[in-house]
Amino acid sequence: MSDAVIKPPHGSPSAPLVTKQRTLAADVWRQFRQHRGGVVGAIVFLTIVFLVIFGPYLHGINPAALDVRSRNLGISFAHPMGTDNLGRDMFAQVLAGGRTSLSVGITAMMLSLLLGTTIGVVAGYFKRLDGPLMRLTDLFLALPLLPLLLVIIMLFRDVLRARFGPETGIFLLIVFVIGITSWMQTARIVRGAVLSVKEQEFVLAAKSIGTRERRIVTRHILPNVLSPIMVSATLGIATAIITESALSFLGLGFPSDFPTWGRLLYDGVNFMTINPSRVIWPGLAISLTVLSINYVGDGLRDALDPRIRGR
Amino acid sequence: MKKFTTFLTGTAAVLALGAASAQAERGSDGHLNILYWQAVSILNPFLSGGTKDVEGASMVIEPLAKYDEAGNMVPALVDEIPTVENGGVSEDLKSITWKITEGLLWSDGTPFTANDVAFTAEYCMHPDGGCQQIAKFTDVESVEVVDDLTVKVNFSVPKPFPYGPFVGAESPIIQKAQFENCTGPRAPECTEQNFGPHGTGAFRVTEFRANDVVSFEANPHFRDAAKPAFATATLKGGGDAASAARSILETGEFDYAWNLQVEPEILNQMAAAGRGVVVSSFGTSVERLELNWTDPSPDKGAIRSTIEAGPHPFLSDPAVRKALSISIDRELLVEAGYGASGQATCNILPAPELYASTAVNWCLEYDVEEANRLLDEAGWERGGDGIRAKDGVRLSILYQTSTNSVRQATQALVKDMWQQIGIETELRNIDAAVFFGGDPASPDTFQKFYADVEMYTNNFPGTDPERYMAGWLCSDIPSPANGWLGANMPRFCSEEYDALVGQMAETAELEARGELAKKMNDILSNEGALIPLIHRGDVSAHSVTLEGVRMNSWDSELWNVADWTRAQ
Repeated sequence: MSDAVIKPPHGSPSAPLVTKQRTLAADVWRQFRQHRGGVVGAIVFLTIVFLVIFGPYLHGINPAALDVRSRNLGISFAHPMGTDNLGRDMFAQVLAGGRTSLSVGITAMMLSLLLGTTIGVVAGYFKRLDGPLMRLTDLFLALPLLPLLLVIIMLFRDVLRARFGPETGIFLLIVFVIGITSWMQTARIVRGAVLSVKEQEFVLAAKSIGTRERRIVTRHILPNVLSPIMVSATLGIATAIITESALSFLGLGFPSDFPTWGRLLYDGVNFMTINPSRVIWPGLAISLTVLSINYVGDGLRDALDPRIRGR
Repeated sequence: MKKFTTFLTGTAAVLALGAASAQAERGSDGHLNILYWQAVSILNPFLSGGTKDVEGASMVIEPLAKYDEAGNMVPALVDEIPTVENGGVSEDLKSITWKITEGLLWSDGTPFTANDVAFTAEYCMHPDGGCQQIAKFTDVESVEVVDDLTVKVNFSVPKPFPYGPFVGAESPIIQKAQFENCTGPRAPECTEQNFGPHGTGAFRVTEFRANDVVSFEANPHFRDAAKPAFATATLKGGGDAASAARSILETGEFDYAWNLQVEPEILNQMAAAGRGVVVSSFGTSVERLELNWTDPSPDKGAIRSTIEAGPHPFLSDPAVRKALSISIDRELLVEAGYGASGQATCNILPAPELYASTAVNWCLEYDVEEANRLLDEAGWERGGDGIRAKDGVRLSILYQTSTNSVRQATQALVKDMWQQIGIETELRNIDAAVFFGGDPASPDTFQKFYADVEMYTNNFPGTDPERYMAGWLCSDIPSPANGWLGANMPRFCSEEYDALVGQMAETAELEARGELAKKMNDILSNEGALIPLIHRGDVSAHSVTLEGVRMNSWDSELWNVADWTRAQ
């Protein structure tokens, strides 16, 4: 790289005398560290993930254990978030719910991102495929979502339940259902961005030196459209968590004794006046997760954008 | 029943107070706001079985006789209830003659005659009409108009209880002149008639918006010139039980709300605000678990959950059924989900008192050890994960019900109790509109019963259980052949039971009928066709400014809306 021969400005203490090989990842990381919101977001998000994964080992109460005699309790040492109307420990439920909600959110987001980005890039880059793929996107956008979900769940629920058991089966089904019904916005945005990027001179330059199309897409187009992808990814997690809770509420999601953040919220609404912690904690967990992911996405977008990076 | 009697004395006091203001003139008390959180979709009970529709219609159209809050029949459009003693019911029990009160007018000012009554029967009994209340007209041979004010119902068999047709909110009289062109297949097409029937009730419809709101005004031709006290009324739909309770008890936006199945602690907290009163009464509603006697496994395909699929892999074992029942701590379920509006029961037929059995109370005894012993004895061995199995069949239950926070709480508790006797439970909850919707295309209806156990509440209108108990006949099992209609959800079939049902249809004497009903109840509980859990009261709430409410489990809750007044 040409940077290696440029002498660092005087008085720059960090400038090494012998420059090391720079990688994209290191550049991104250096830039990301300077985005304060992104760093705070990452710390919060990693803390939530850490708690959700290791919390149940520290707080050993079974989230499903019932104790009707000690119901609707407030905050105490034994129950840091109180108990619900059947005496289940709220903290244990929030931790267990987080495992489900986060894994549903992240997996569904990845699936919809993969679909949306692939379709968006292909439609934007290859003119011949643009029409058919965008009409397909329109078709999916026009599908009435709820009846579609009802049909899919009706057709496959018993099959998956028999093969993978009630919880894994429903997990796969929900992730799949959310994934294939939420990729359209991403595809649209990515296609728009690809259309504008592919007309720029550096793409023409790459073409003129005979770069293969696959390489142009991965090396030149994708990094330049990463920012909209990151934004839809962060929004996608939030949507997936919320869609999952709506499905559970309709009775199409996980069994009612299987906690997720959305379900804890719904169940708690009636008890809000008796025991506000029933809605505060799961609500806070959802908001914090979504907010922190949004900030991480913001930071990543800045760090990944070659035009901003290095400024 | 203690709660019930205290309630009764309470209403008697309210009535005494209300009597003074009832002398006031019609329409002097302004506007009445009623909230039914399941919105009314039609005002013709013959075309809808939904309680909300039946009760909404009861403000407008009335039967010849109603049931009061104690379950006694009271005359509405007649002067007295026909009986064998007063000659209204024939000696052979094959006919009943109703004498209509003179001078009754429809809300459009035309006279009410026996022709309207006869037409109503014709309307509902039309073979292509799809009448939802056809059970009320079972065994009716003909309805004769004797003269303008006398109508005679002839039955094909002796009817010990001839008060099916034209008694209670499910069987009101509609106007012949209005519905004449709406019989048979044209019934559902008559939107204007179905949304705004002319009636004899205290109110008449001014505006009807399906699934939203119905507006009423006082019926100018109502038989009592001083009633109703309210000039106008609104029947609003929408929301859920908790928000309905809040709008009466906390914010006071509405005067009356129906069916408040909310956790007791929430209701108590709301009632503490002092704006409203929670009222309850016990009718025949029983929250029960129904056990599937047939094989519901998905690999049976189209015949799953039918007799053809064969017996259930483990619920066909009487020991398992009994263990399931005695391992449930019913008192705990009452405490967690029902409070004062529920009582532990072992009867599927808990009321009226004449029919309530006491012979099956063994199941009230919560006994985990006995349940475990029963299962051990029957050869169900605990596996490594603590779940019992025999010959490769695991005791793993799919347990479904409708979506409602109280039901989900009950499910969670029952799952925990069954866990202790080595039975694994998977919970499923289905939206009430789908679960009770009866759509033959949906796999999630309670009739299809594609699960091992399901839980819901059922009851019967009026006070005579004959039709209700006939719901567990072998011939009443839902299957693809009958479009999944039929009331026998457990797919229970017993010759002894069928014989008792036949015997009851021929027995006139009340005591003997009571004995037969008890026997049937005991068979159902002892055999474990179903596991009764809780005798549920109906819970409603009214504003402290509303007087005259007499909470009724035997008829429409709005049965005496004509007598409601505003406290001064």
